[in-house]
Amino acid sequence: MSAGPQLVALLALCAAWLAIGVAGLAALHRFHIVARVLFPAGGAVALAVVAAALPAVWGAPEMAVLPLGLPGLPFHFRLDGLSALFLLVLGGAAAGVSLFSAGYFRQSEGTAPGLLCLQYHVFLAAMALVILADDAYAFMVMWETMALASFFLVTSNHRIAEIRRAGYLYLLIAHVGALGILLCFGVLQANTGDYSFANMRAQHLSPFWASVAFLLALGGFGAKAGLVPLHVWLPEAHPAAPSPVSALMSGVMLKTAVYGFLRVAYDLLPAQLWWWGVVVLALGLASAVFGVVFAAAQSDMKRLLAWSSIENIGLIFAGIGLSILFAAYGMRAVAALALTAALYHVASHAFFKSLLFVGTGAVLHATSERSLGKLGGLMRVMPWVGWATLLGVLASAGLPPLGGFVSEWLLLQSFLFTPGLPNSFLNMLVPVVAAVIALVAALAGYVMVKFYGVIFLGQHREDKLAQAHDAGPWERLGMAWLVAGCVALGLFPAQVIDILAPVTQLLVGASLAQADGGSWLLVPVSVERASYGPLIFFAGVAASFGLAYVLVRRLYHGRLRRAAPWDCGFPWQTARMQDTAEGFGQPVRQIFEPLYRMRRELPSAFDARPRYAVEVGDHFWYWLYLPLARLVDGAARAIGTLQRGRIAIYLLYSFATVIAVLLWVTR
Amino acid sequence: MGDAVSALGIAAQALEIVAALALAPLLAGWVGQCRAWLQNRKGPGLLQPYRTLHKLFNKDSVVAAHASPLFRTAPYVIFGCMTLACGIVPTLSTDLPLSPAADAIALVGLFALARVFAALAAMDIGTAFGSLGARREMLIGFLAEPALLMVFFTAALISDSTSLTTIVRTLAAREIGIQPSLALAAVALVMVALAENARVPVDNPATHLELTMVHEALILEYSGRHLALVEWAAALKLFAYACIGMALFAPWGVARAHAPLALLLALPVLVAKLAAAGCALALLETLSAKMRIFRVPEFLGMAFLLAVIAMLVRILLGAGPQ
Repeated sequence: MSAGPQLVALLALCAAWLAIGVAGLAALHRFHIVARVLFPAGGAVALAVVAAALPAVWGAPEMAVLPLGLPGLPFHFRLDGLSALFLLVLGGAAAGVSLFSAGYFRQSEGTAPGLLCLQYHVFLAAMALVILADDAYAFMVMWETMALASFFLVTSNHRIAEIRRAGYLYLLIAHVGALGILLCFGVLQANTGDYSFANMRAQHLSPFWASVAFLLALGGFGAKAGLVPLHVWLPEAHPAAPSPVSALMSGVMLKTAVYGFLRVAYDLLPAQLWWWGVVVLALGLASAVFGVVFAAAQSDMKRLLAWSSIENIGLIFAGIGLSILFAAYGMRAVAALALTAALYHVASHAFFKSLLFVGTGAVLHATSERSLGKLGGLMRVMPWVGWATLLGVLASAGLPPLGGFVSEWLLLQSFLFTPGLPNSFLNMLVPVVAAVIALVAALAGYVMVKFYGVIFLGQHREDKLAQAHDAGPWERLGMAWLVAGCVALGLFPAQVIDILAPVTQLLVGASLAQADGGSWLLVPVSVERASYGPLIFFAGVAASFGLAYVLVRRLYHGRLRRAAPWDCGFPWQTARMQDTAEGFGQPVRQIFEPLYRMRRELPSAFDARPRYAVEVGDHFWYWLYLPLARLVDGAARAIGTLQRGRIAIYLLYSFATVIAVLLWVTR
Repeated sequence: MGDAVSALGIAAQALEIVAALALAPLLAGWVGQCRAWLQNRKGPGLLQPYRTLHKLFNKDSVVAAHASPLFRTAPYVIFGCMTLACGIVPTLSTDLPLSPAADAIALVGLFALARVFAALAAMDIGTAFGSLGARREMLIGFLAEPALLMVFFTAALISDSTSLTTIVRTLAAREIGIQPSLALAAVALVMVALAENARVPVDNPATHLELTMVHEALILEYSGRHLALVEWAAALKLFAYACIGMALFAPWGVARAHAPLALLLALPVLVAKLAAAGCALALLETLSAKMRIFRVPEFLGMAFLLAVIAMLVRILLGAGPQ
């Protein structure tokens, strides 16, 4: 077993991240070193990860054994197409976020800058090593390191009680999930006692045990990914973290869960059963609908994005579920199509969600406001952040010609193949599923218009917003990198699919053969069937844009007058007359009312100080988590009655036990 | 794609876009005229939209003092999207160089792009009406978009393709007869088209009562050339929807090869079909009353369900004779 050069390079880069973290510890309070040297260095390492992982997508698997950890139980690492792809996503998004962080972190904010730097880089290295791990032991150690590092990052502003609560909830569900993953590996090794992935691949589990392992993996990784009903931590924890960390958590960490799930479902398990696909598809759709509907009702900008992450993860899992379904029926080519859609969405979500989160970070720094009700009109004072975020918003809303649309397009295309399934019951269900996907995509547009319109457009809802400043040069650089990622993913789908092809080949044994479309067109099957050429598309819109612009000026004129807004002649406009975030979300709240647990407080006509309040809660919280918590609490209290805290009582217990044992023995 | 990029293909593409740009205001004028006749009015004449556009282009654009550049960019983006949409839908010929670049799903995405820009521009000024219009437009949009997509999916399942060219070719090659799935899809498409084009049961293009309007509230702050572009784009959108309807449900008379004669013949056929569609739209608008905005979700929900049922019917009967 010889270690290949790419894998060695990648492991060295992870070590470099750790070294940067330790250097941060050395420069604990020297803020300028941390911000201007260490974070950019971390970004450079992320770029190097991209460079090292890219050739490995096509390369043969490489393996390495590191004598770390317990004696006689070394860490195994392996680099294949799947891990290389997720490392690409990790490096690509982390590069932008690190550059942004160089300008973002300010002095005297919660945790000391050096400590933050340590946690941040340990988090990055742990995510990379999770992706590289090739035995259950290394995987679990890295997984827990990742969870702990992100827990400390989430609670970096630990003086606020709400953030501590969010961190606790996150830690709790992360461990419930880790338990599921651990048990899953326990089933997969099939009593051989060998926890390396190579051994797990060699086992042939019975369908029952394979299903058990699969469901444990779904629960374990689903908890990390934020699938319904294990999503409750996500809208609490992601907004609580500093914005660059939120970006990494939503953009990258959720993808490590997707990676782990794919690794178990496609690589470690020998074959797939069709109903697995149905379960994953159903959970994915439920998460997508739930996420987008709740995102529409949020009035905190980071919470809104966190809910939108649940939606996107749901879409990714829907694609994976569909591909499992096709793969189980032996329709390899279509399974590859659905899987390509899911993987494409992994990449584009990593970029646009990181971009949106760092955008909120810039807004937060300029205004120290997170509530949508107190923002507005920032486009005029922060044009840089405004335009960059606009591109993220368009990508997130799934609009052509940006990245989000391509994955949506591929996903919808793969639905059109479902009538070929040999199961008539599934054939009936599929149109409904496609309809739900279409609805989610359209609602995502609504949510994004709300997000962008309320923050960046309109009038300032508070006077102090007029003094907000635009992002600094480091922040701009980071955002520009992420924007470039969104645009490249949107305009060059054929090239991206060339990178995805070896991965789908590895997982389902087929890849999206680039038919005769050349590099300009995305052609999954044939030009007659479907094609999409974002470059031509973009050129078409741009050309008619430009022609209209020039011709109007040439044939007529370009005169422009500035005046007060018209608004049907009403002269006493104030900022409070615009739609609030609540107002903009109202139609969605009304249409999907049964999905929310809503509490409204309406003023009566005679109130001297009328007040309107609406509180949107999550049914799962009230019907699942709170009863569960009460149950655990009750059980703990019942057991607690045994523990009186007095030594005499405990001696009495021991005495009684000894007597009981003696009686039993001498019987 | 190779054979599509011939001189004649490019000529057909150019002809189609020019025809759309020229005919779209005429269609809007024709619908207005038909409405006037049905309401026993004299009407402003067929050419009124052209006169309006000319007048608006000549006027100064008055822009709110604090408008951001997004506000001034949006009309061009919307106009560009709608022009491209008219270039993608096969109206005169199915052999278009642009058609491989965007299929039916991308067309829906194109409409969504224009809608999002319109809504963002409306929110940019920060007036009460602007954000009200944006909210309502997005409400209608998120309900209508999936319905439209499902209509396309029904056609796509029949022709095994989402490429509009293939859909039109397949549907045109069948013998004339009513297919239940297509009939349901047609009803759904009409409902979506009414909502998306701000037509009577959902919105009233002639209203100036602020609280009942959607489209008018959305573009309230625009004037001069910006308003002209937005209005032209709205006409183009109506034109595109009419052409989608004809492409899916009456695809006869569209030229299929590089024959100049067929192209020349396709133009009068198109005009005749559009005239009939405009008449039908005016009749529909005259016969129905505008509904409250809160009824719109029901209306569009019905369209959505109809389209999904159309798909189901197609899959159920798919094995049988077509």
